[in-house]
Amino acid sequence: MIFLDNLMNGLSLGSIYAIIALGYTMVYGIAKMLNFAHGDVIMVGAYIAFCGLQYWGLPPIVAILAAMVVCTVLGITIEGLAYRPLRQAASLAVLITAIGMSYLLQNVALMIWGANPKSFPRTFINSSILHIGGLNVSSATIYTILANVVIMIALTLFTAKTKMGKAMRCVSEDRGAAELMGINVNRTISVTFAIGSALAAIAGVLLCSSYPILQPTTGSMPGIKAFTAAVFGGIGSIPGAMLGGVLLGVIEIFGKAYISTELGDAIVFAVLIVVLLVKPSGLLGKPVREKV
Amino acid sequence: MKKLVALMMALAMLLSVASVVAEDAITLKIAHIGPTTGAAALYGLATLHGAEVAAAEINEAGGKYKIELINEDDEHNVEKVINAYNAALDAGAQMILGTTTSKPCEAAGAQGYTDRVFFLTPSASSTAVIEDKDNVFQICFTDPNQGKASAQYIAEHKLGQKIAVIYNNADVYSTGIRDTFVPTAQELGLEIVSETTFTDETTDFTVQVADAQNAGAEIVFLPIYYTPASLILKTAADKAYKPIFFGVDGMDGILSVEGFDTSLAEGVMLLTPFVATSTDEKVVNFVTKYQAAYNEIPIQFAADAYDGIYILVAAAEKAGITSEMSAEEACDLLIAAIQEITVDGITGSMTWDETGAVTKTPMAATIVNGEYVFE
Repeated sequence: MIFLDNLMNGLSLGSIYAIIALGYTMVYGIAKMLNFAHGDVIMVGAYIAFCGLQYWGLPPIVAILAAMVVCTVLGITIEGLAYRPLRQAASLAVLITAIGMSYLLQNVALMIWGANPKSFPRTFINSSILHIGGLNVSSATIYTILANVVIMIALTLFTAKTKMGKAMRCVSEDRGAAELMGINVNRTISVTFAIGSALAAIAGVLLCSSYPILQPTTGSMPGIKAFTAAVFGGIGSIPGAMLGGVLLGVIEIFGKAYISTELGDAIVFAVLIVVLLVKPSGLLGKPVREKV
Repeated sequence: MKKLVALMMALAMLLSVASVVAEDAITLKIAHIGPTTGAAALYGLATLHGAEVAAAEINEAGGKYKIELINEDDEHNVEKVINAYNAALDAGAQMILGTTTSKPCEAAGAQGYTDRVFFLTPSASSTAVIEDKDNVFQICFTDPNQGKASAQYIAEHKLGQKIAVIYNNADVYSTGIRDTFVPTAQELGLEIVSETTFTDETTDFTVQVADAQNAGAEIVFLPIYYTPASLILKTAADKAYKPIFFGVDGMDGILSVEGFDTSLAEGVMLLTPFVATSTDEKVVNFVTKYQAAYNEIPIQFAADAYDGIYILVAAAEKAGITSEMSAEEACDLLIAAIQEITVDGITGSMTWDETGAVTKTPMAATIVNGEYVFE
């Protein structure tokens, strides 16, 4: 029973990592850059939803949509202003810019919403407790897992079937060749950021529904863990992000429950190191051949 | 332009007249140091505002002392606090009301010990804050005393037999309270059935709560700040687990978190010397003024800082501090003076010994319908 309870908690935490990891993995897969500001876009999304619910009295669905719209615009703006000019620059410069953007977002949030932590209001997402065979499961867990599966399937279909999805795969495979074939690379990358940021808004709402404390640093630790999950599952791979996220969450909870509450994070990162030593491209990542 | 110059001249004259009038009053330059931004800002702003209310009161009364309050932000950071401390001294501070939180206070207090600067902290409660330093005094209980008092309170009021403790082992405040709570509870015949930890970054408390629940704990003791506490309350509610949650002063403030569902905190108990809903005349006066100025119900930290200004004035009077004295000159006089005075503040009647720890009676409040109520 305790085992099942822990497993459920692990799945719930893992699903949140997975949904954030999807954003990292998409942007990495297509734009070949690590968008470290992703965790902070999540925080912005959560704040917008918070404002919608708390100050403007919007219905939850509308508040989530508002957060998605704001994050989408924010994502496109960040990409256009900060990353696009660096398209030809060294990847290190882009990485540093992304870290800078992360701090910028945190500090702007600090200016706008202040340092006092806010508690994310109850919505339909986390208002009820389900009793499943003697287990108490928060409805937030169910919604998170559902959202995760739906988003993963939708993204896989989108990249496989639609024109824009094909363009994304082309850009991912060979940016230069894609450009020669008449694909608008900048537009494709913008759309990628738009989708990633809209997902970030959903992730923010789900994150804060499960762990209802909202402050300017809310996105950073889950962001790092989700990035780890994306690497774990194979960065660039959409099912990999999902698998990596869920596994990471389960490992974290089991590590805490059966080994030590203090070492939970250490265990997570130790597992990552082992996986990368054995399979450097991650669980579901495609090995990249170096041409010499 | 001419008009503006004339206006400025008039203002300057007025000001010079004012300064002549105020000359007989002794001006005490007090620096408040606390986190007014960052993760612990709720506490820093509370102590600052509490001090401001007291300073305004004293200045309006126009007695023997005038207070000039200097504010420096330490962001609850052990490096930044030294900058804040230096900036306060550069601004001419004679004594320091602060710092608000424990770790920065250890660092600044040690620097102050070498430089000979008097510290009165409203809310830094770890023992390390006053240990091996004669210049730092506290208004709140030390952490060990809070742990001990909590265990005694639980045993005396027979709140329950089986106790779980969830604490932050990355924080001296939390571990300090836990370290005296556990042995005292055991001495008093209470049973510690579950003990789990977390760190500053933790947001998932399912394991800790499940451990307490599976061990059948009737009381969950939370020697932690209110932010993780609110997550623990939420997790427990999700798991349909309803023990008595017992917190200490760090729990104070949980009701003022914006958007917090106060029904989660129903029945939570906490050790606190101050409750804003008290009908005590002095408390009502403070709360009314505080609300008028900041549109907020003051928390215990604000009350401690409010008392802090009055304690500093009382000690300064006893020590015969003048406007011209430097921080270094004032330090030893204040150390001797504070041990001789008894201050009847809004957080109780307080005395101090040479260790720097305060002596006052512990009280516990319960949250009922979203408000703190004394038993």
